[in-house]
Amino acid sequence: MTAELAIGGGRGELARQMRRARRRRAWAFWARLFSHRSFLLGFALFGAIVVLAVGADFLAPYNPDKNDYTNFLAGPSALHWLGTDDFGRDVLSRIIFGTRVSLWVGVGTAIASGLLGTAIGALSGYVRWSDGVIMRCMDGLMAFPGVLLAISLAAALGPSETSVIIALTVTFVPRTARIVRASVIVTSRMLYVEAALAAGAGHLRVLLRYILANALSPLIVQLTYVFAVSILAEAILSFIGVGPPPPAPSLGNIIAGGRTYIQEAPWVTLYPGIAIACAVLGLNLIGDGLRDTLDPRLGRVRTPK
Amino acid sequence: MWLFLLRRLASAIPVLFVVSVVSFLLIWIVPGDVTAEIAGPDATPAQIVRLRHDLGLDQPLLGRAVIWYGRLAHGDLGQSYLLNRSVAAAVLERLPVTLSLVALGLLLSVVMGVLLGVLAAVRHNSWVDQLATSVALLGLSIPDFWFGLVLIVFFGVQLEWLPTGGFVPIDVSPLGWLRSMTLPALTLAFTQMGVVARMTRSSMLDVLGQDYIRTARAKGMQSWVVIFRHALLNALIPIVTVVGILTGVLLGGAVVVEQVFSLPGVGRLIIGAIQRRDFPIIQGGLLITAATFVFVNIGVDIIYGWLDPRVRDDR
Repeated sequence: MTAELAIGGGRGELARQMRRARRRRAWAFWARLFSHRSFLLGFALFGAIVVLAVGADFLAPYNPDKNDYTNFLAGPSALHWLGTDDFGRDVLSRIIFGTRVSLWVGVGTAIASGLLGTAIGALSGYVRWSDGVIMRCMDGLMAFPGVLLAISLAAALGPSETSVIIALTVTFVPRTARIVRASVIVTSRMLYVEAALAAGAGHLRVLLRYILANALSPLIVQLTYVFAVSILAEAILSFIGVGPPPPAPSLGNIIAGGRTYIQEAPWVTLYPGIAIACAVLGLNLIGDGLRDTLDPRLGRVRTPK
Repeated sequence: MWLFLLRRLASAIPVLFVVSVVSFLLIWIVPGDVTAEIAGPDATPAQIVRLRHDLGLDQPLLGRAVIWYGRLAHGDLGQSYLLNRSVAAAVLERLPVTLSLVALGLLLSVVMGVLLGVLAAVRHNSWVDQLATSVALLGLSIPDFWFGLVLIVFFGVQLEWLPTGGFVPIDVSPLGWLRSMTLPALTLAFTQMGVVARMTRSSMLDVLGQDYIRTARAKGMQSWVVIFRHALLNALIPIVTVVGILTGVLLGGAVVVEQVFSLPGVGRLIIGAIQRRDFPIIQGGLLITAATFVFVNIGVDIIYGWLDPRVRDDR
């Protein structure tokens, strides 16, 4: 292939052809991704939630903290589409603002555990003597039931969005680190890595440009799932009372608030759960689509995690 | 087999050590003065000083670690101030409720998941497969505590078939116990059966494509005998590993589900302790739950090694 490309002309022509090939591959990737049925469905679902969260200030019919003193625990009506809660606050508006909290925690956890997991996984996969200790620590963290560890950590750190993100990151980092480590171990045995080192490239450069580049696909897929699970976990933590403190319209808080009068006003509890499910289902579908498209080796058969 | 067993047990030692370190450090990451927070706003300075001494917080971290491990060696996890009793006793007393909830949830999720997975594999790529896959994915995307609340509204409040919460000990009334555990177990199972269903489906598809299945069919065996006796028994082996992973997820899920259904398990104890800043209970509950999970996983690995000799010979 390279020989055939080189016939065309000098270095400039080769570079141009390589650029074109790369663009063609990128185009093929996006085309394949957007013709994946479950990815499209997930994209639509999750996209709708993102639109709500980003445009909350314009889309929410009411201020989420404003009390309507004439309508306490009012059922869904033309005035309040999804009803009101015990403070007379509009449930729809609270849900719309609540998606912000969910997405913020999800994005924060995905980015933090992605960066930390990559650093830890790269270190233990590339620096062999550190592998034993690091992986035993990760095994130890994974020995805790995930939700329980996150609850305890968030409780110790004090209720806030930041402690939720820290708690969830500690919980999900081991899984991310493992995936990066596995990929680093395989790639660092490749001949081209040896060649780059022999040619005088530094370890850091080789690690970043040649080894970690290969870990990117499984990492992206993993982080999509981390994002999804973080949204679920944030709702659980808020519900338990170790998330962002109550007046904040997080989806878990709304459900926890609605629980006490679930018999008279089930809408307060019911609808936030549907919003959570939409966001998480969307992300799971996006993850499945990315996995099928980014990793052709897995083919069409779904392999369970 | 003995060597495999021994090696598996030995590998748990560093894991348990890390678990104990994390539980120990939990109180250390609390920002600000823990004792003032535990004692509450009404405590006198003298009370705070005494509490700090009782907790060992007047010592440097290393000294506290020595105390913590010294006690741990005797099975002593410290004292709870609010319950005024030993942490180990309080947690162990509530462990059976949590474990029976997890066991029931596990049973239900495996039964439902395997059925769903078999159905999906046998009618591969049909609408049954699509439906099974969708139900599985939906289960994974729904918040478990919310699903529990929905079940309460539907079966507890609307239909009045089952209690909306509370716990009946099994030695008081076995039927009452089963009724009080049905909705919580169903809540746990519904969110996790998807994992089992996915695994069963791909494992069944693997097995159904093998020659001996074709032979069995070719010699005229009834198709359900082939599916359940020949295919499923072999396909179930990888599912044993899922049980290990699932136990961890369900132990975590039980914490929240106990809260929703007011079951007196370890999870409810820990959440109560969180609200009242009773840190020794949180530490002890965390440690005992994680240790339980580690030992369940060892058991699962041993069963797996017994079912599939390749695993134990390999390493």
